[in-house]
Amino acid sequence: MLITQGTFSFLPELTDEQIRAQIQYGLDNEWAVAIEFTDDPHPRNSYWEMWGMPMFDLKSAEEALREVNRCREAFPHRYIRVSLYDAKLTRQTIALQFMVNRPAEEPGFRLERQESKDRMVHYTLHSYASERPSGQRYGEGDA
Amino acid sequence: MQVTADERAQSRWAAGVIPYKQMGYWRPDYEPDDTDVLAAFRITPQIGVDPEEAAAAVAGESSTATWTVVWTDRLTALDNYQGKAYKVVPVPGSDPPQYIAYIAYKLDLFEEGSIANMASSIIGNVFGFKALKALRLEDIRVPREYVKTFQGPPHGIVNEREMLNKHGRPLLGATTKPKLGLSPRNYGRVVYEALRGGLDFVKDDENTNSQPFNRWRERYLYCMDAVQHAMAETGEIKGHYLNVTAASMEEMYERAEFARDLGSVIVMMDLTVGFTAMTSMSRWARKNGVLLHLHRAGYATYARQKNHGMNFRVLAKWCRMLGVDHIHSGTVVGKLEGDPRAIQGYYDTLRKDFIPRDGATGIYFDQDWVHMPSVMPVASGGIHAGQMHQLLHHLGEDVVLQFGGGTIGHPQGVAAGATANRVAVEVMIQARNEGRDYLREGPDILQRAALWSPELRAALEVWGEISFDYESTDVPDMVETPMPVVS
Repeated sequence: MLITQGTFSFLPELTDEQIRAQIQYGLDNEWAVAIEFTDDPHPRNSYWEMWGMPMFDLKSAEEALREVNRCREAFPHRYIRVSLYDAKLTRQTIALQFMVNRPAEEPGFRLERQESKDRMVHYTLHSYASERPSGQRYGEGDA
Repeated sequence: MQVTADERAQSRWAAGVIPYKQMGYWRPDYEPDDTDVLAAFRITPQIGVDPEEAAAAVAGESSTATWTVVWTDRLTALDNYQGKAYKVVPVPGSDPPQYIAYIAYKLDLFEEGSIANMASSIIGNVFGFKALKALRLEDIRVPREYVKTFQGPPHGIVNEREMLNKHGRPLLGATTKPKLGLSPRNYGRVVYEALRGGLDFVKDDENTNSQPFNRWRERYLYCMDAVQHAMAETGEIKGHYLNVTAASMEEMYERAEFARDLGSVIVMMDLTVGFTAMTSMSRWARKNGVLLHLHRAGYATYARQKNHGMNFRVLAKWCRMLGVDHIHSGTVVGKLEGDPRAIQGYYDTLRKDFIPRDGATGIYFDQDWVHMPSVMPVASGGIHAGQMHQLLHHLGEDVVLQFGGGTIGHPQGVAAGATANRVAVEVMIQARNEGRDYLREGPDILQRAALWSPELRAALEVWGEISFDYESTDVPDMVETPMPVVS
């Protein structure tokens, strides 16, 4: 399956040039750039690991793209996303988020239905990958 | 002849009927306080009725007055409680003549946190008044002090996006069709297909409540199985607006609690339940961590005609104050009524923190929301993927675009229809962010994406040329005059 979190997950994989253009849009809006990675893609896993601090006051998109590629080299089998963060009053939230890396194979999720009385069901999403310890989930060389 | 102060007082307070102007409701010298509630009414006086007297009558009847002098007014600090018509501006070219009457109300006239009270005060009695042919409430200014007595949206746009983990594009939805007739199980099939195909939300329609062929409990069970299954297939948070509209609050709470227990992130209600029921649901939604969608069912019965009723922008303000997370607010390009500039004004009212007076968008007063969370507008009715560049241009990205027919009517099926819409929105956001002139290049941007997306290609082939061009019944016509009121 293909996890479709993030804007642009329905487009062909973004090229470096396209990633740079999106980051540039963020810089033009005075947004900070954050890179995060994970091997736990549960949709309610809010806190992916931070690839360093968010980059505030960045002057060039090239610099951020370099960090994206360093993160990809370090974690080629993990999900990596770029977030552009708007700190302005009344926003103070992510303004744009998109994935820039994903494992070659995504086993996806099992839906567990815990049945109870009156046909009530309690649902749990279970990531197949998370059955293994972090770092051993998406193929060889997974750092 | 010299009239003494005593004689004047006597004529004001002598038993009988005197003009509202003389009763103190016409106050052209009045300078509104920052804490006053202000209202702009469009009045159409009966032939021969002085517009200032008509304005005074509206001020009187929407505050303290009755049709005749009553001595008991003298037991009160009447001047404080009287509504004050302070300006009347003719509407150019109107026939029969219309005027915009500006009226100020002291904050004392209103109960804290109660839209029901505000509505009863401002639109309660005056609309049937015989001296007027027609009356329309165009806009209100809610002072900061009063804004802060309201809960506001249970969550707001920022929290909704963080809850859904979706940032930087319009959200996509669809209303299940046919809205009546499907069994709960068949209904859930549409929900599942639309969500797995790429939509974020599917929606019950306003009249999908609990009919004999589709009882609410069964529908909720099937819909939530569809939602949860689609989440497993995509790894994304998904939702279905389960309509909790019912005959009584007790039943609405029962339905909302069942939706919550099944794991739904969102419920919906119809405007027809009334201001108090909506406020109660808003508090429930805040308390239970469930998003609250509002379908404005019935609003056009009083909001559409230009000379009588109430403009939607007032309803938008009231709904932001009493607190909803979503409200249907027009599409510009779809099948339902809406002038582009007026809709811009509605969207601003729902989404921005400060909205300045602006004749072009029909905003009569500066409005400061004092950082009250914003409401996600919903565009629904006759829109499709081929209009994505126009939709993004007119409506921006903090909006739910609902493609009902434009998803379910797709020739390759419901999931393909959903995919077409998702591809279209993502490719348009990408182009906009890259700095392209996406409004002009929109059709080309979509055609290029259609080369690799067969779903989008089929959607464009079916609907690419469909548009709804009718003249609007209501466009802003505010006269730009210097405004004495600065908030």
